[in-house]
Formats: sequence, C-alpha cells, structure tokens
Amino acid sequence: MNGSEFNWSEFLHMGGYAVFVWTSYGLTLLMVVVNIVSPIIERKRVIARVKRAIKREALREQNKS
Amino acid sequence: MQRFSSPKHFFEMSAKLIPWFAVSALLLGVYGFYMGLFVAPTDYQQGESYRIIFVHVPAAWMSLFIYVVMAISAAIGLIWQIRLADTIAAASAPIGAWFTFLALVTGSLWGKPMWGTYWVWDARLTSELILLFLYFGYMALQSAIEDQRTADKASGLLAIVGVVNIPIIHYSVEWWNTLHQGATVAKFDKPSMHIDMLIPLLVLAVAAKLFYATMVLVRARNEVLYRDRNRRWVRELIEKL
Repeated sequence: MNGSEFNWSEFLHMGGYAVFVWTSYGLTLLMVVVNIVSPIIERKRVIARVKRAIKREALREQNKS
Repeated sequence: MQRFSSPKHFFEMSAKLIPWFAVSALLLGVYGFYMGLFVAPTDYQQGESYRIIFVHVPAAWMSLFIYVVMAISAAIGLIWQIRLADTIAAASAPIGAWFTFLALVTGSLWGKPMWGTYWVWDARLTSELILLFLYFGYMALQSAIEDQRTADKASGLLAIVGVVNIPIIHYSVEWWNTLHQGATVAKFDKPSMHIDMLIPLLVLAVAAKLFYATMVLVRARNEVLYRDRNRRWVRELIEKL
C-alpha cells in the first residue's frame, strides 16, 4: 500500500461504523436540501396566490362597470 | 424602530443580507466537514463512530438556540405588537423542528453502536423529544387559527411557556442518571476534547447558525409576502415579477 495515498475504502468503512456514520451524514445533507428547496416552492405558491387574487379583483372591477 | 421593523423595509434589507449569510455558511460548512471527516483523529474509545458528533452536537445546539430565538421573538411580538417579530418566530419554527429531528435521529444512530440501543426514555432524550412536540404545537396553532393576530398570540404563548423545557434539556444530564454523556464543550474549565476534534465541531456550529440565519430570512420573506398580501407594496412588487 502506498503510504501517501489516501485510502478511500478504509475511509468509507469508518472502522465498521459505516452504516451509522453515513446515515447520519446523509440525513444531515437531506435536511439541508429540504430546507433550501421548501421555501423556494413556498415562495412560488405565495406569489401565484397573490397574482390570482389580483386577477380576480380586476375582473370584479370590470363586471361592476 | 417603526421604520426598521416595517415589513417592506425588512424585505429590502433581507435581500442584501441573505447572500452573505449563505456564502459564509457554505464555506464554513465545507471546511468543517472536511476537518471533521479527514483531519480529526480517531477517538480512542469510540473509534470512528464518534464522527457523528460533528452533525449531532451542532444540530442539538441549534434545536435549543432556535427555540430561544423563537420564544424571544414571540414575546417581543406579544408585548410590543411588532408584527415582524411574530414573522421571525413563525419562520423559525420549521427550521428548529428540523434541527431537533436531526439531533434525535443522529443521536439514535450514535446510541445504537455505543449504548446498544436506538432509544431509551431517559431525561435528555425525552426532554429533547418534548422540544420537537413544542415546535409541532407552535406550527399547528399557526396553521389552525385563521386570524393571524390570534394565531400569533396563541402560538407565541405556547412558545414562551415552553421555554421551561430549555434548562431542563441542558441540565438533564446532571440532574438525572442518564446514558447520555455530560457536557464536553460548554463547561467552565477547559473542554475535555482534542483540539483537532473541537475545531471542526465549533466551525460546524457556527456554519449551522449561519445556515439558520439564511433560511430564517428566506422563510420570513415568504411569510411577509403572505401576511401583507392585501397591502399595496406587496401588490406592486408582485405585479412586477
């Protein structure tokens, strides 16, 4: 084994605790991604809702006159 | 104060702050995970499993920190009728709940190899679970009550009363017999931890705070748009989009 080269399989093995360590890190990554994506979706929903309300009110104004 | 806490002013200010918080969170996060996974030495007692600490402890700290921010914001909203404070509290709750969930799950994944069980009903774990339910309760009250002011009052009151749980979580490892280990960092004498382990832990704790700062502003902006949806400034802004 080349001493200066990083041993990836040993790293991924995590001394036998791979399942626990990588599940923890994976869930953390998932939590970060969900927390970034969900407010972006929410923003689109809010904007669409206000746009619909604006249209509805404009239509009502038209019907009055 | 009135001007600074106006939703419109907040909307403009937050747009400038978000990129700074986001970039510093990302840089510190990458550096912290690199240090934690590649540089920090193996623990002589727990082997490699201890590396869960780098996600578990920052998440647990955030679960408490965000709760305190949420309760203080709710109190400011209740006492001084500052609507922006209620908005910050409402935007904090889901992020806090996520961090609490992460602290519980990663703790459980650490407990299995070290204690031989995913879960025990001891003081630390139980009080942290109650914290998750407090976040859920706050969010349920927010979404169940139609009138926004009433919703803010009811959920805010719950958040403030729930603060009693925070010292219980913190001191639970001293007050009761528990499997959970005691404090290693937040104590008055020197932290009992190797410096190469301590640095990534603290870096990731700061990264998590910056991530929260970014996301609470992003969520509060949505909340402000929704709450002011019938006001002129929101109407004008959205017509331009």
